Amino acid sequence: MTTHVFKPDMPPPGNRIGIVAWARANLFSSWLNTLLTLFAFYLIWLIVPPLLSWTIFDANWVGSTQADCTKEGACWVFIQQRFGQFMYGYYPTGLRWRVDLTVWLAVVGAAPLFISRFKHKAIWGLGFLVVYPILAFTLLHGGYWGLTNVATSQWGGLMLTLVIATVGIAGALPLGILLALGRRSDMPAIRVVCVTFIEFWRGVPLITVLFMSSVMLPLFLPEGMNFDKLLRALIGVILFQSAYVAEVVRGGLQAIPKGQYEAAAAMGLGYWRSMGLVILPQALKLVIPGIVNTFIALFKDTSLVIIIGLFDLLNSVKQAAADPKWLGMATEGYVFAALVFWIFCFGMSRYSMHLEHKLDTGHKR
Amino acid sequence: MSEAIKKTASAEGIIQMQGVNKWYGQFHVLKDINLNVQPGERIVLCGPSGSGKSTTIRCLNRLEEHQQGRIVVDGVELTNDIKQIESVRREVGMVFQHFNLFPHLTILQNCTLAPMWVRKMPRRQAEEIAMHYLERVRIPEQAHKFPGQLSGGQQQRVAIARALCMKPKIMLFDEPTSALDPEMVKEVLDTMIGLAEDGMTMLCVTHEMGFARTVANRVIFMDKGEIVEEAAPNDFFDNPQNDRTKLFLNQILH
Repeated sequence: MTTHVFKPDMPPPGNRIGIVAWARANLFSSWLNTLLTLFAFYLIWLIVPPLLSWTIFDANWVGSTQADCTKEGACWVFIQQRFGQFMYGYYPTGLRWRVDLTVWLAVVGAAPLFISRFKHKAIWGLGFLVVYPILAFTLLHGGYWGLTNVATSQWGGLMLTLVIATVGIAGALPLGILLALGRRSDMPAIRVVCVTFIEFWRGVPLITVLFMSSVMLPLFLPEGMNFDKLLRALIGVILFQSAYVAEVVRGGLQAIPKGQYEAAAAMGLGYWRSMGLVILPQALKLVIPGIVNTFIALFKDTSLVIIIGLFDLLNSVKQAAADPKWLGMATEGYVFAALVFWIFCFGMSRYSMHLEHKLDTGHKR
Repeated sequence: MSEAIKKTASAEGIIQMQGVNKWYGQFHVLKDINLNVQPGERIVLCGPSGSGKSTTIRCLNRLEEHQQGRIVVDGVELTNDIKQIESVRREVGMVFQHFNLFPHLTILQNCTLAPMWVRKMPRRQAEEIAMHYLERVRIPEQAHKFPGQLSGGQQQRVAIARALCMKPKIMLFDEPTSALDPEMVKEVLDTMIGLAEDGMTMLCVTHEMGFARTVANRVIFMDKGEIVEEAAPNDFFDNPQNDRTKLFLNQILH
């Protein structure tokens, strides 16, 4: 009898390491590729130096009025001078510490959830979700415990953007999940309600929703009964976005093989436990990109609240740029607003990628 | 909850199917199925694909609904009452062709999930039981891996351990080796043989005729939704009575 001897593993052929080899392979591999590379370099040369000189080298960094902006570049003095308005809107200057404290509380409160060795995440997270909104509302709105009341009409700037975005996200996600489950329910009544809800809210533009909430709704309400304008906008945003979240989540639910539902049912888990322990953890993980996509869109859509007279970051910038003392500063303002929006959206995007990577048990079933 | 469960006298056997009929739309999948299973019995169901054998055992834990007839499992009749259904499911373990392990949970978590959430067992105790059964299927060292990191045969053994962690009275196997590479079939069958030796009541849909011969008390041959022949394995394989059975055995035994 002969014994088969397996061949040893060999290293792959060729040597493709080093920057010259890399450039040759990626930038100059063919005449077309070379042409495109040169064209790209030309574009960079055309765009980058003027941009850098406007934003940094020729920019005006110090001063207190428009007159101080003597150099050709951007007048960042405008941003400096109006920074408070961009961040807090018309929130009274002396009370702005309350907004800062709210943000710090969020950071400190949420921090343990990001420490992988912290054991009681579920309880802490739940507690945080219950306690923080109360604290945040009390701090921002005041009126209790000797805190001066600050009407929501004075809220503005980045603070308002963040309030709308976080409340919108925190409200739309659970509602969206319930709607997605409802749309796949075995019970026809629930299914019809959910489908109608989703299709209605997806069928109307957000701007209409906001307009309705502020202009039309008071007409239907009895005399003297009035909700806060911001609250109405928040509810509108939550209902609107939850319909989108629902459809994204439904996509995830459909991607889970039937066998998973059956295995969960066969071991005696009821509907809610099957969903909560087996199906949703897998489905939500699958649709993280879609959900984050919706949230990024939501974050940027907050600017639409201008339609009901609320001034978020973008609208605060617009308002400040209309000030006769700072005429012609619109570009600086918009660049600044864009940068802030970009930082938040990019942050969300990176975090979602991190989350996907972390939750990836990486394996087919 | 358990007091609400209507227990039916079970002198007839741990599983009773009486005149069970089922349709998928117009298609009549199960035709007048009658089956009694005594505790500790080991039954193999075989037959060509589409014969209704999987559907039959899936009716026993109500993964499929029957439209006519009576099914009583462990003294509980399966009706639309979800409490009755869940009480049956607690006592009936199931192993699937495609394992259906939960990919987002580790092997240990797969095994402790149902005991903790259905039986309300403390985590420590559930983990002890899980490790006990993982040792039984000879893969305790994989406890902290995820299902995707295991071979098919290992996954199926985990699936068996996961079902056993609920300490079921009955185990259902729905073609447990059909999705496995030939090299891994034996390790799963050995696990099942061990289980049979311990006196577990088992119903198994399989094409492994060697397994049927060594383990089963009774072999049931189904075709076109009916039970065609039912016999002890030796009689069934050596002396089949029905022409359809003979043809089937000829085809699969070569």
